[in-house]
Amino acid sequence: MAIIKVRNLVKKFGSFTANDQLTFDVGEGEIFGFLGANGAGKTTAIKILCGLSYPSSGEIEVAGYNVYNERENIKKNIGYMSQKFSLYEDLTVSENIRLYAGIYGMGKKKIITREEELLERLGMMAIRKRRISEIPLGWKQKLAFSVAVFHNPRIVFLDEPTGGVDPITRRQFWELIHETAEQGMTVFVTTHYMDEAEYCDRVSIMVDGRIEALDTPVRMRSAYQAANMNEVFLKIAMKAKNGK
Amino acid sequence: MSFELHSISKSFQDVDALRDITFSTKEGEIFGLIGPDGAGKTTLFRILVTLLNADKGSATVKGLDVRKDFRKIRKIIGYMPGRFSLYMDLSVIENLQFYATVFGTSVEKNYDLIKDIYMKIEPFKDRLAGKLSGGMKQKLALSCALIHRPDVLILDEPTTGVDAVSRKEFWDMLHQISSEGITILVSTPYMDEAAQCDRVGLIQKGTLLSVSDPADLRLSADKQLFIFKSSRKVYNYLEQIHGISNTISAWLFGDELHIVTTSERDADLLRSSIASWDIPDADLRKSDPGIEDYFMQLLSVQTVKS
Repeated sequence: MAIIKVRNLVKKFGSFTANDQLTFDVGEGEIFGFLGANGAGKTTAIKILCGLSYPSSGEIEVAGYNVYNERENIKKNIGYMSQKFSLYEDLTVSENIRLYAGIYGMGKKKIITREEELLERLGMMAIRKRRISEIPLGWKQKLAFSVAVFHNPRIVFLDEPTGGVDPITRRQFWELIHETAEQGMTVFVTTHYMDEAEYCDRVSIMVDGRIEALDTPVRMRSAYQAANMNEVFLKIAMKAKNGK
Repeated sequence: MSFELHSISKSFQDVDALRDITFSTKEGEIFGLIGPDGAGKTTLFRILVTLLNADKGSATVKGLDVRKDFRKIRKIIGYMPGRFSLYMDLSVIENLQFYATVFGTSVEKNYDLIKDIYMKIEPFKDRLAGKLSGGMKQKLALSCALIHRPDVLILDEPTTGVDAVSRKEFWDMLHQISSEGITILVSTPYMDEAAQCDRVGLIQKGTLLSVSDPADLRLSADKQLFIFKSSRKVYNYLEQIHGISNTISAWLFGDELHIVTTSERDADLLRSSIASWDIPDADLRKSDPGIEDYFMQLLSVQTVKS
C-alpha cells in the first residue's frame, strides 16, 4: 500500500522549474532512497511532502492526506531529521525529548514512560542530564533520530542524516533505520554516500528536477551494467550533464 | 619535505583537540587527512597555516617554522578553509583580482595554473560570488587559493556536502594541480576519497591512528576479512553472524557484509555456519581490506583500549 503518492508534481520558482512532473509511490514500511546531485530539486520536493511548501501543481498525498489543505494532518503523521540535527544544544538530553514530545501533544505520563524506555534502549540513562553540546556526535545523531520518531509517526524523513560521522557510527545508524522500518515505519532518506543507497528497498535518482531512474538497487545496477550504486549514480548524472 | 610535524598537541579548555601528532609529507604528493567531524582536522590545518599556535610540538612548512617564520609561510601556501573565504558581495573576477593583489601578483601572470578550473566559471565572471552555486563557489575558492602560485596547497574538507559527480570533478582538478609539483594536504570525511591520495593519515578524536598507502592496507596478522554476498538481503544474516564465536565484527557495506574473523584458520566455523543456513547463492570470499575496513578495525581497537 502506498503511503506517499505523488502524481505529476510540479514546483516552479518564477521561470525556474525545480520539480518537473515527478510521479512516484512509496510503500508502507519501505526504505526509500531519494538521491540526486546538489541542486537537483530534492529539498524542494521534501519540503512539499512534509507540508512546508505548496506545489505549483500535481496530486500529492502523504499518509492519506493531501498537501494542499490537510497539511496539519500530514505534520502529525511524519517525523523529520535534518543533517543539522534539530536538537537544542543548550537543553539537556532529557529536556530535548520532553520538548519534542510536548510539541506533538503527548500526555505527561506517556512522555515519562516512553522517555525511560528510550534512554534505556539508547544506553543514555547516565547522560540524561547532560547538555546536547557536551555529548559526542554519534550520540547526538541517534538521539535526533529517536526524537524525530518519538511520536510514532507513519513516515520519517531523513535529510542527509549521516554526513560527517565516522564509518562505525554511520553503520550503527543504518541498523537503527532498518529496525525502525521493520516495525512498519516508512523511511524516506537522502544521502551523498552511495553505499547507503544499497541499503534502501528502492531508490530514485533526480537530475535537473526530474526523476531519471527509480528501481531497486539490484535492478538498477543490472540496468546500468554497474558494479555498485556509485557507478549507477555517476552514469546517470554524467549523462545528464553531457546532454546539456 | 613540504610539511613536517613533530608531536603537535593542542587543547581547548578540557578537550584534547590534537594529541602528539607526528608525520611528514613528501614533496609533490597528495596527502589525505581522513576522519569524521570533530577529529581535529581543522585545528591541525589552522596550526599549519599559522592561524593558531600549538601548545606543544613543532611544525615546519617547506623548512619554515610555523611560529618564527609565519610571515614567510603565509606567502607560500594556498589555503582553502571549509567555509570558502570568498567575498560574497564581490564578483567572481573581483575576488580573483583581490587575492592576486594581496599576494602582490596579477591574475594574468599565473593564469595558466588556474586556467582549466577558472574556464568553467568564466562565463559568470561578473556575477557576485554570493549568487554562485556550491560547485561554482568551490571552483572560485580553489582558483583564489592558487592565484599566487603557492608551493603547497591546504584544503579543508573541499568536498563535504558535494554530490558524487562534483566530487569526482574536483579530484580530477587536484590531480592536475599536483602534476604541477604543488604538494597538497587535503582533509575529507569521505573514506572513498582515500584512493585518490598518494598517502592517507587516519585521524580520530585528535589522535593520528595510522599513515598508509591506500593501495596497500593490511589488517593485523591475527585478523582476516571476508566478504559475504547473496541475492537475498544480507542484512537479515547480520545477527546470526555476530553470534558466531570467532567473529570480531560484521558490518554492512552496500549490498555486502564485511566480516572480520580471528584468523583465516578459524574461518571454517564461519564457512560451515553460512553453509548450514541454506542460502542458495551464498558467496563468501576472502578479501583485502578497503580503507573503511581498515579504519573501522583501528577505531574498534582504540575503543577497546580506552
